[in-house]
Amino acid sequence: MQTLIAYVENKPGVLNRVSSLARRLAINIDSLTVGPTENEEIARMTIVAHTDEKGAHRLEASLEKLVDVLLAENISSRALLERDLALIKVSADQQNRPHLMELIKVFRARVVDVAPESLIIEVSGTVDKIDGLLEVLRPFGVLEMARSGRISMTRGGDLLRPPIAPPEVPEGVAVKSQ
Amino acid sequence: MKLTGAEILCESLTRLGVRELFGYPGGAILPVYDALGKSKLHHILVRHEQGATHMADGYARASGGVGVAMATSGPGATNMVTGIATAMLDSSPVVCITGQVSSKVLGSDAFQEIDITGITMPITKHNVVVTRAEDIARTIREAFIIASSGRPGPVLVDITKDAQQASAEFDWEASAPKLPPKRIRSNHDKVEFDRAVELLNTAKRPLILAGHGIMVSGAMQAFEQFVRAGNYPVAMTLLGIGCFPAKDPLNLGMMGMHGEAWVNNAIQEADLLIAVGMRFDDRVTGDLRTYARNARKIHIEIDRAEINKNVQVDAALVGDAREVLEKLTPLIENRDHGAWIQHIAELKGDSAVRDIQSLPDTGHLYAAHVINDLWKETNGEAIVVTDVGQHQMWEAQYYHHNRPRTLITSGGLGTMGFALPAAIGAKFAKPDSEVWVVVGDGGFQMTMSELATIVQEKINIKIAIINNGFLGMVRQWQEFFYDKRYVATPLVAPDFAALANAFGIRGERITKRAEVVPVIRSARESAETVLIDFRVEQEDSVYPMVAAGASLSDMIRRPNNPLVETATEP
Repeated sequence: MQTLIAYVENKPGVLNRVSSLARRLAINIDSLTVGPTENEEIARMTIVAHTDEKGAHRLEASLEKLVDVLLAENISSRALLERDLALIKVSADQQNRPHLMELIKVFRARVVDVAPESLIIEVSGTVDKIDGLLEVLRPFGVLEMARSGRISMTRGGDLLRPPIAPPEVPEGVAVKSQ
Repeated sequence: MKLTGAEILCESLTRLGVRELFGYPGGAILPVYDALGKSKLHHILVRHEQGATHMADGYARASGGVGVAMATSGPGATNMVTGIATAMLDSSPVVCITGQVSSKVLGSDAFQEIDITGITMPITKHNVVVTRAEDIARTIREAFIIASSGRPGPVLVDITKDAQQASAEFDWEASAPKLPPKRIRSNHDKVEFDRAVELLNTAKRPLILAGHGIMVSGAMQAFEQFVRAGNYPVAMTLLGIGCFPAKDPLNLGMMGMHGEAWVNNAIQEADLLIAVGMRFDDRVTGDLRTYARNARKIHIEIDRAEINKNVQVDAALVGDAREVLEKLTPLIENRDHGAWIQHIAELKGDSAVRDIQSLPDTGHLYAAHVINDLWKETNGEAIVVTDVGQHQMWEAQYYHHNRPRTLITSGGLGTMGFALPAAIGAKFAKPDSEVWVVVGDGGFQMTMSELATIVQEKINIKIAIINNGFLGMVRQWQEFFYDKRYVATPLVAPDFAALANAFGIRGERITKRAEVVPVIRSARESAETVLIDFRVEQEDSVYPMVAAGASLSDMIRRPNNPLVETATEP
């Protein structure tokens, strides 16, 4: 699994270009999240792709050839912070509810909706953590689940900024994207 | 100044230096055609939109500039698809302008509406829909920059009819391109560069693989200096032909599936390959596991996505070929490759004996004879535009090009039907040059309707049909790999000379070797287009041949007695 960050023009059709490119290269996308950045004209993507390092290089270099992609970078080998958000609707009756609440606490998840027969649990964290919670919830009966897909960011002074923004960083911090 | 979108388009094209464009009108592009009539632009009416894209492509390849093709929405646009893909695979700067239904009805399946930007997304470098007149000038300027910069490629601009009709303020300065700010990657990483220099200076058996990128970069001079500095033998890709003179002793000829045997053998024996502006296509490498196993590799390439795609290289120099070569040349210290060059010369010996040109004249007419005679008669100075197949490979083997942009051929996509329209485009780009079409009887029948375009435009090109009554290259594969089961390859054709006459073009038919030179001379003397139907040996094959997926070392060679008694009776 390889993780790429892409800064793209925030306009219609760009997501299509990016996903279509992955399709053309026969690379399966595990998750792709996109959202605006502090600059409203630029969106940031986190692409998690089922491929090896060579495939990731091809994807990265090909993405950067797209006119609307400002920057694409494979960050798989760097120190990363990654987050996934999940909403899990699980069946819960009077009897197992206390047990369920215990588990939710252990995983630092939250109950965000309560109904007579079910709960919605919100959890964020690494993919592993969410998979772990899911594993223990399964016996209760998972009714529905929505996951955001992964967003990732390199840690500390390892900045990855779109080329448009003048680097507003303190002296001595390397800006790798420039 | 207020202009309509259509007028803005014509004015923008004019200011970008466009003189000719190739197209076909229709409802959704009519406002533009109305404006074209009032402009100084010369519109060439094609007979099929595929022809328009190939003409724009041929124009671009012959001139080094941008070619422009135009079509209406729907079927007009979809007919361009093959030509766009051809330009994409060969990195040719073509701008295609299509009409589109009005923005108000976009997405409603209106008459002749099609999502052409969706269709062409994977086969264009970029494409865009324009729905406002005020965006047309800037978008066209951006399209020209995108098409011609970096690794060139086709750009499609789809303009809705209401944008063509609406009026907007035309201000050239204010409509300057505003392309997204891209990351600038530092070219030639220092570590890679130093490694390349070390490899260059320690190699004993170096060989250059010269590709199309040299021409695209305009690096011919820098390349020659590089070759001289290192005394390197040069092998050419099909599209690289012309970037270095064929008459130069260091030019070995073409590599790959139908490359010269000594070139492929040299690649397999080399200890260093210096790939310049080429992409290790499968038709060049054959089986990757056995490809150039003794060689370290330096890859000079502008497209980072090509690095390590097919062949793992030891030093990757990402950047413009000319810039990289100019930096490398002064650092070359080792040019002592005399023994290696001598060895390659010895590899040639065997091939000369097998060469069909060396066989006694038995009266049989071979395609190779025709092309070799054409080369001699034109002093190798004509622009030759080929189609795809056997004749294309024979052209590459027997027409020796000394100047860049004189061989125009569809390499990557291998598009049959390319030659005739591309030659028309090339003639418009280089009106003073002699332009020859070399085309098979199959490919010619795909786009021969463009003969009418030639007549309507009163242009002078020469058409040599290498007519063997087969889809020759496919027949050759059937002969070699399918036990001569010639399924769907025998081909009925019209009497091409009579067909030419029907268009008002002089047509000739040649069946004997002795007639070849006289007819070429007579055609060259004519100030008008001449079509010559050369009836050649039906079952001749292109040699050598590396079977698809086979090792470069494993070539099928011309048999000692190649004569096959299947010549068509006159």
